[in-house]
Amino acid sequence: MTPAIDIHNLTASYERKPVLWEIDCQFPQGKLIGIVGPNGSGKTTLLKNIMGLMKPDSGYIRIFGEKLDKVRHRVSYVPQRETVDWDFPADVMDVVLMGRYNPKKLFGRISREDKDIAIEALSRVNMLEFANRHISQLSGGQQQRVFIARSLAQKADLYLMDEPFVGVDAASEDAILNLLTEMKNNGKTVVIVHHDLQTAYEYFDHIALLNTRLVASGAAEEVFTSDLLQEAYGGRLTVLSRIGELIAKKDFPIREKGQEEN
Amino acid sequence: MSDALIIILVGFLVAVNSGITGAFMVLRKLSMIGDAISHAVLPGIIIAYMISGHRENFFFLLGAAFMGVFVTLMIDWFNKKGKLPTDASIGLSFTFLFAVGIILISAFTDQVDIDADCVLYGEISLVPFHTYTIFGVEIGTKALWDNLFILGLILAFVGFMYRPLFISSFNEEYGQSVGVPIRSIRLSLMILVSLTTVFAFESVGAILVVAFLVIPPATALLVSQRLPHMLAITTMLALFSSVGGFFLADSIDGSIAGSMSFVAGIMFVGVILGKKFYARFARKRFSPHQL
Repeated sequence: MTPAIDIHNLTASYERKPVLWEIDCQFPQGKLIGIVGPNGSGKTTLLKNIMGLMKPDSGYIRIFGEKLDKVRHRVSYVPQRETVDWDFPADVMDVVLMGRYNPKKLFGRISREDKDIAIEALSRVNMLEFANRHISQLSGGQQQRVFIARSLAQKADLYLMDEPFVGVDAASEDAILNLLTEMKNNGKTVVIVHHDLQTAYEYFDHIALLNTRLVASGAAEEVFTSDLLQEAYGGRLTVLSRIGELIAKKDFPIREKGQEEN
Repeated sequence: MSDALIIILVGFLVAVNSGITGAFMVLRKLSMIGDAISHAVLPGIIIAYMISGHRENFFFLLGAAFMGVFVTLMIDWFNKKGKLPTDASIGLSFTFLFAVGIILISAFTDQVDIDADCVLYGEISLVPFHTYTIFGVEIGTKALWDNLFILGLILAFVGFMYRPLFISSFNEEYGQSVGVPIRSIRLSLMILVSLTTVFAFESVGAILVVAFLVIPPATALLVSQRLPHMLAITTMLALFSSVGGFFLADSIDGSIAGSMSFVAGIMFVGVILGKKFYARFARKRFSPHQL
């Protein structure tokens, strides 16, 4: 089967500072995939490059074996919740209906079918009763569920989510996780940027461990070895102590990959 | 039509045109860019005037649209390449271009029959004296037709492009991910702001047009749950401020454009106080936003 995402030799930078360095990896279809790494390791940048929101310095990405523009309607992007102004004059339904935008439909009018799909998406995240609420009146977890409903309304095959579990209450986290598993069981591919190592291992089938370079990419149990985690998080003891049971307690040189390249 | 009615109507049209384009600028956190555009179109107008030799609209529009886009590119360039903070880039770019416009006006006064006072403050009370004539028949006030034309452009753009405009104003990156042509949308919006301000110049001037770009939409945003409400409330506020401003100016024999902006400002204060007052009694029912 063609990989859902195929990344070739990708290098990307902000202001000539490399954030991603020669990333080469493939994400399989029909899996829950986590992009994991320390802060500033390029997780969000990788997602933006996949989504064509940023131009890489070199390398290229194929989605379902095609260029993004050809398969855009099969890909859905869920940005970080903090990137939008929640005081924007829109209710929950308005936001979910954004997912039904189709550039090919003249003037992008909303049809009855679009509305039905949006209603279905809202009920899948248990937010239907809030359909007419202003978005500023929602909790963090509810806002995140609205974003996921908008994404579901796109009826895509590949979902790219940037930190969907940040600032989310435990109930919402469970609800989101169940939904993601359900999506996976329906053959969808879900790629998630995630910073919490503790939960990453439980959540994902496939993990890409990132720290500017790709440290490892593969099945969760293959990637979560103490050597690889040390390579990605090297020296960040606070992080390491939290996953103590996974890390052998031995000394290792303090170094940060990201800074070596600069 | 009586002169008073014409003045009120022109004031209303200017306020609506600025208010609707301004609403999107406010939502995109680009209010100050709107400010910059409104000033930067000045050299474009003067140069267009010097080339064409008369106040023909087409050249005005072209010159203004060009300068409006030019100043946004300039701001972007200073910001990205010059590593200047956005607010400094804005302040630098538009004052510079406005200064160029003022120099052009003052240096070529004999060739350009536009004076600096008019550019700064406008002269809405003189608006009824400029009329269009076709085949010897007077067809009405120039400013009225001009601003109606711009209103038509704005309504067509917002009407046909509502969804892409809405989505990209909420979040450009998401818009791009679903295939919204965000660059053309943003460019069209900048051009519309430029065109709006060109015709606002004659009536309210470069300084007060900023008031109409920002105050009515900002007031409307305070009490709007959804974007269509915000646009409707902005239009209503435009009406109130043009009518109220006219009668205020009439009663104190002051500047009409100034009074119109003043009334808009008073309404903003009224709404914000009213909202606080209401929120105290009926929590969360009236307003979507927490205060």
